[in-house]
Amino acid sequence: MAETSLPTKTVPETVILRPSSGWSTLNLRDLWAYRELIYFLTWRDVIVRYKQTVLGAAWAVINPLINMVVLQVVFGNFAGMNPEGDIPGPLFRFASVLPWGLFSAALNSAGRSMLSNRSILTKIYFPRLIIPLSSVLGGLVDFAIGFFVLIGMMVFWGVVPSWQMITLPLIILFSLVTALGGGLWFSALNVLYRDVGYVLPVFTQLLLFISPVGYSTSTVPVQWQWLYALNPIVGVIESFRWAVFGTVPTPGIPLWALVTISASVSILLLVSGLFYFRRMERTFADMV
Amino acid sequence: MNNLAIRVDHLGKQYRIGASPDRYNTLRDSIVGMLKTPIRRIRQGLMPTSEDEHNTIWALKDISFDVKQGQVLGVIGRNGAGKSTLLKVLSRVTEPSAGEVEIRGRVGSLLEVGTGFHPELTGRENTYLNGAILGMPRSEIDRKFDEIIDFSGVEKFIDTPVKRYSSGMYLRLAFAVAAHLEPEILVVDEVLAVGDAEFQRKCLGKMSDVAQEGRTVLFVSHNMSAILRLTEEVIVLDRGLLVKRASTVEGVDYYMASGFSEAGERSWTEDEWPPGPFKPLALRVRDVREQIVDMTRSTEPIIVEIEYEIDEAMQGLRVGIYLMSMRGEHIFTSFDTDDAEKFEEFGVRRPGRYKSRCIIPADTLNEGRYVLGVNASIFRVNRFFQDERALTFTVDTVGAPGKQWPETRLGLVRPRLEWKIELQ
Repeated sequence: MAETSLPTKTVPETVILRPSSGWSTLNLRDLWAYRELIYFLTWRDVIVRYKQTVLGAAWAVINPLINMVVLQVVFGNFAGMNPEGDIPGPLFRFASVLPWGLFSAALNSAGRSMLSNRSILTKIYFPRLIIPLSSVLGGLVDFAIGFFVLIGMMVFWGVVPSWQMITLPLIILFSLVTALGGGLWFSALNVLYRDVGYVLPVFTQLLLFISPVGYSTSTVPVQWQWLYALNPIVGVIESFRWAVFGTVPTPGIPLWALVTISASVSILLLVSGLFYFRRMERTFADMV
Repeated sequence: MNNLAIRVDHLGKQYRIGASPDRYNTLRDSIVGMLKTPIRRIRQGLMPTSEDEHNTIWALKDISFDVKQGQVLGVIGRNGAGKSTLLKVLSRVTEPSAGEVEIRGRVGSLLEVGTGFHPELTGRENTYLNGAILGMPRSEIDRKFDEIIDFSGVEKFIDTPVKRYSSGMYLRLAFAVAAHLEPEILVVDEVLAVGDAEFQRKCLGKMSDVAQEGRTVLFVSHNMSAILRLTEEVIVLDRGLLVKRASTVEGVDYYMASGFSEAGERSWTEDEWPPGPFKPLALRVRDVREQIVDMTRSTEPIIVEIEYEIDEAMQGLRVGIYLMSMRGEHIFTSFDTDDAEKFEEFGVRRPGRYKSRCIIPADTLNEGRYVLGVNASIFRVNRFFQDERALTFTVDTVGAPGKQWPETRLGLVRPRLEWKIELQ
């Protein structure tokens, strides 16, 4: 939307505004200049979520626990799909619910983010990427709380965390990248077609069933696992479980293959999402 | 581009209006329409081309002007002239459709006060949030925090959620944050239109401080007194075009005198006529130069004119006006045959086309918006026509007595009284 010349100390920055067409650059310089706003908007989303609630941050724990129970009952007890290794079913599922929760909360909140922020979108300039970005980051707080509970549960069940935990930051990044990719697409599309806002919750539900949250990838026939891995969440969840427990879906294709496929899709989603978002950005203030 | 803060070059902004209301007559058309629409919309969504649709308007057309650093420029024009759109483009909220804008310096925009305020957050939290949204780095907000709270006067409530604030407190806090922005270029849109008299006074005060500090300011307002007080030059916009750039006095004069005659007149068509012999044609407000205006100066007389037709001879007909404030307070009622002589002369009105005109004397009304109503009746016999809110007009007190003090005076009347000062 605008090209910026290099700012110097004494001369103020000059900005030229012209009608843009086609694909725009990502304008990362502007994003960096507004980095504090990312923090503030994320902080705002988190605080508002818990103000006026009685249980407050406890919801960050209760939600995954409830999910875990449901998944355990449905997939564990009814369907009899049990995880490999000697990880107890509930623990296994709680661990899966955490990255899933991060992803689905991020996706849904990013999808709504442009519309719910319409008041600032139409009045002030800032790089619009900040909006879906901060809504994705907001989920990290809940994730962190849930993670502590996970450690507690592991202690309770006497499961020793594996050394692979060191890779967790990378896996969290993977999860965020995936969520952001999807979030960018949905938030931009939602501005144009409000249908997206209605579809999103349903879509997320479906996604839950085709992702290895309640069950392991090993349930999928081996010859189809590569296709299954095109769902980037597969890679996220399996690598998360590997980092925490050291387990790998067996029988199955090698974990690195799974992750590579998922990660590629994830990065593709992110890059395409970024460019699509930037292209549509010029119409946001007029259409939101 | 050495000392220019803003350079606008053939700027144009186009908007698409409304989703085209396709009207379908047959069910077949409706179904086909339903199928076609998503395809068309998806195509537009994924590959937006420059507007090929017919339902577009150019809110700004070929606008070119410069603003030097440190200049305070007013932007005036009727509603819909494109002023807010211009500010939105300059604030980078929306993109130009044509032309180019070059901006040198950080732009702070006050298009609305309290942008981003969240009702659940406390005043303190909102101050930080709003400041960040407006572009203030956190360190700057920390530094100015006490000053901001002090200016707003809501110290006691700074840790209560903003949803508990009265609207006045809300405005004061929101403006306090915005007022402490220190951008090189400040762009202000009608912020002064909200709030009570005291708040407006504070806003004006702060704005003039900012202007005197040497920042470049672009100020949009309908308040001619504020424009005259704060700005040196104005540009006048009309329907997307820049029609005049001049010194403030000349520009304001041009704007007020151009008699934009769509407003200032209310006409009634045949289907709006009431049953009976009285047929209202038009109600007009004119200035001393006989131009139809919707904005008048309090220092000049205001001419109100009612044009009507009567079909048959009517005895005892009186035609007159009501004047009300925008809040609905009645100011006066006056009929054309109130005067005893007129009452005699026009006891019986012959059929024909009439114009009843009256003059509201100069130095009567205070600044503000007023509502004119029309009444045509025969006392205690019949009321032929009444429209209590037929027309609105604005009075501006530029040049009125006492305007050397920039304050809002309460009351509907602003007379010029003869004062005698005697040393005893």
